[in-house]
Amino acid sequence: MITMNAQRNKIHPHKYSMWIAMASITMMFVGFTSAYVVKRSQANWLSFELPAIFWVSTGLILLSSLTIHLALRQFKARSMGSYKSLITLTALLGVAFAVCQVIGFSDMKNHGLALDSTVSASFIYVIVGVHILHVLGGVVVLLILFFRAYRIRVRTYSAVPIEVAATYWHFVDGLWIYLLVFFSLAR
Amino acid sequence: MSNEATLHSQDLLHHGHVEHGHGNGHDGHDHHHEETFISKYVFSMDHKMIAKQFLITGIIWAIIGAFFSVLFRLQLGYPDATFPWLESILGHWAEGGRITAEAYYALVTMHGTILVFFVLTAGLSGTFSNLLIPLQVGARDMASPFMNMLSYWFFFLASVIMMSSLFVQTGPASGGWTSYPPLSALGDASIGSKIGMDLWLISMAIFVVSSLLGSLNYISTILNMRTKGMSMTKMPLTIWAFFFTAVLGVLSFPVLLSGFILLLFDRHGGTSFYLSELFVQGKVLPNEGGSAILYQHLFWFLGHPEVYIIILPAMGMVSEILAVNSRKPIFGYLAMVGSLFAITVLAFLVWAHHMFVTGLNPFLGAFFVLLTLLIAVPSAIKVFNWLTTIWRGNIRFTPASLFSIGFVSTFISGGLTGIWLGNSAIDIHLHDTYFVIAHFHIVMGVSAFFGMFAGIYHWFPKMYGRFMNQTLGFIHFWITLVGAYLIFWPMHYEGMAGMPRRYFDYSTWASFNQFGGLNQFISFVVIIVFATQLLFVFNFFYSIFKGRKLTSPNPWEATTLEWTTPIHPGHGNWPGEIPEVHRWAYDYSKDGKDFIPQTVPVSPEESGH
Repeated sequence: MITMNAQRNKIHPHKYSMWIAMASITMMFVGFTSAYVVKRSQANWLSFELPAIFWVSTGLILLSSLTIHLALRQFKARSMGSYKSLITLTALLGVAFAVCQVIGFSDMKNHGLALDSTVSASFIYVIVGVHILHVLGGVVVLLILFFRAYRIRVRTYSAVPIEVAATYWHFVDGLWIYLLVFFSLAR
Repeated sequence: MSNEATLHSQDLLHHGHVEHGHGNGHDGHDHHHEETFISKYVFSMDHKMIAKQFLITGIIWAIIGAFFSVLFRLQLGYPDATFPWLESILGHWAEGGRITAEAYYALVTMHGTILVFFVLTAGLSGTFSNLLIPLQVGARDMASPFMNMLSYWFFFLASVIMMSSLFVQTGPASGGWTSYPPLSALGDASIGSKIGMDLWLISMAIFVVSSLLGSLNYISTILNMRTKGMSMTKMPLTIWAFFFTAVLGVLSFPVLLSGFILLLFDRHGGTSFYLSELFVQGKVLPNEGGSAILYQHLFWFLGHPEVYIIILPAMGMVSEILAVNSRKPIFGYLAMVGSLFAITVLAFLVWAHHMFVTGLNPFLGAFFVLLTLLIAVPSAIKVFNWLTTIWRGNIRFTPASLFSIGFVSTFISGGLTGIWLGNSAIDIHLHDTYFVIAHFHIVMGVSAFFGMFAGIYHWFPKMYGRFMNQTLGFIHFWITLVGAYLIFWPMHYEGMAGMPRRYFDYSTWASFNQFGGLNQFISFVVIIVFATQLLFVFNFFYSIFKGRKLTSPNPWEATTLEWTTPIHPGHGNWPGEIPEVHRWAYDYSKDGKDFIPQTVPVSPEESGH
């Protein structure tokens, strides 16, 4: 409808928007983790070991970053079959990650660390929970890309949507690594 | 490519458009695209239509929010009088014609929430960033028109939820627009802390999403979609102001959201982020280990940048309108940009000056005093530059330029009292008094409204192809200016005498009886000023349909790109090619010419900038 090619785009505006969105999401987690730091320095802080399954989920999300990276390469090479199976695998790994986190929650609950037990546990539930929502948001995006790839009539050759999705996926991956390191160091 | 030829062909296209009289909004595009009522007016992806949606929604909110202030001013001015008509609109909230204490707090809270967020954030930045960014940087539309549409509809959803909270049985949120816990965290604390508070939090969370979607678009449009020749330093100051506003929003609203999420868990998840050792209605609560001050840190980390989110767009528009109507280049363009940048950086470093009396470490307070007072420097630079811009200018007095001058006036008189309040020692006496009310209403409320009015009068011809009525505009300006000072100036004295804010009835304190007459006077002026705003609303809607029509595409003889579009630009803004930019936006009264549009190439004989 509207042609944009008259304009000189150094970097695609959607990619740019994604970077700003990531800055914004980062600020939200900076807010959470600074609240955590402030609370930790006050009385009644109970410190405990993170559930072991969080390390499994870390492995899963790292692996998913690898698969989405390969998916992007396959898309650019136009081998659509392996592209489709790779984004499916990425989405499944994302779901598996979320499941592991929830198992971690029930581990904590079984050890007497329910959501309303102590403020240090509450923080883990809320922060990790909000992060899970961000991962699941990425899974929804992957599903949209997946169904797009099956539409015969509209063939897209632009890699921009997949690049934007991959950037976001690496971001939520990195965000989890940050949270894991943060929770391990600032207990 | 000759720009003259481009302009000329645009004129031809434009005239053709008027003669044929079909306003399908797609002139100049190759394929014809049928637009339905729904896609043109409701789920529109055209930034100009989205701007109008934000504006009209904002106007409706402004009427409601201002009307609430009239209601609670009736209580403050006439605490003993009864108004039977109040009972007929508020029901049991005004039994016997007198507002109840609960209703009073709900009205005050909703007045603040509505004006700060729904009018002066969404209504101001949402309207003018949407309208002006693509038009002034030379883009067909926003970076993502779809996200832009979502931004408005998230705002609409937030509005519907906030509006519905006014009608629940226990009333809307009533713990102040800041929603401090524990009052906001415990449903038993007051009736306004029940379902009304939940609706408030949900509405605000959706509002944050709307604001983020909008700001993302504004930033990537400004950085990525500028037309050929439009370098950053050739952008009008409006665009710079919208840019910094969006940066502030993107970085500070998410922190508010994290604060709200923790608050929601305290309300419903049994957590104790903000709660510790509390008694409610004789019962001891199990919550331990929380800190109410933590919420204040998270809230004011947004809350302070928020006041700049409100004022920066107004500053940008005022800079532009003053230059156009003084027929002079803006004085100190780079200093204006630099001070906007300085304000943006400092905005993130001063939040604790809202918390001087919460038990903050006095040594920490000293740093926040210093950083707060530093904001006076860029603010003073801006004021100086506005005054030197109109100094010895060939001033055209339009409602827009008068409101811009009014903005400078209120920004000075309200900003100066900020120096008092920014000092932690004086703040011990002045905090939570009417002095604070006077300060932020003049510097943030009235100034931002003046900027908004200036913007509406100035760009109304671009929005609707018609002018607003000038005489009504002048009446609106003078009554509003005088009225605003008459309302808020006396509050400084009340505050210095120690009169606290947020009280329902002062008549039981002998020390404040001296202000009984003054409070009556303020309330009386409030009613007059409110009626005058209705005059503006009438002028606005009447002019959309019956205003004087534009005869030329550039009615104010301005240099910026939005006036190179046809009078009724379609979706895509320019029927032909997007014009190329060759000069900055402020070539007024240069080399014997009244103004030189940005699209005119620099000729070799021209004097330097």
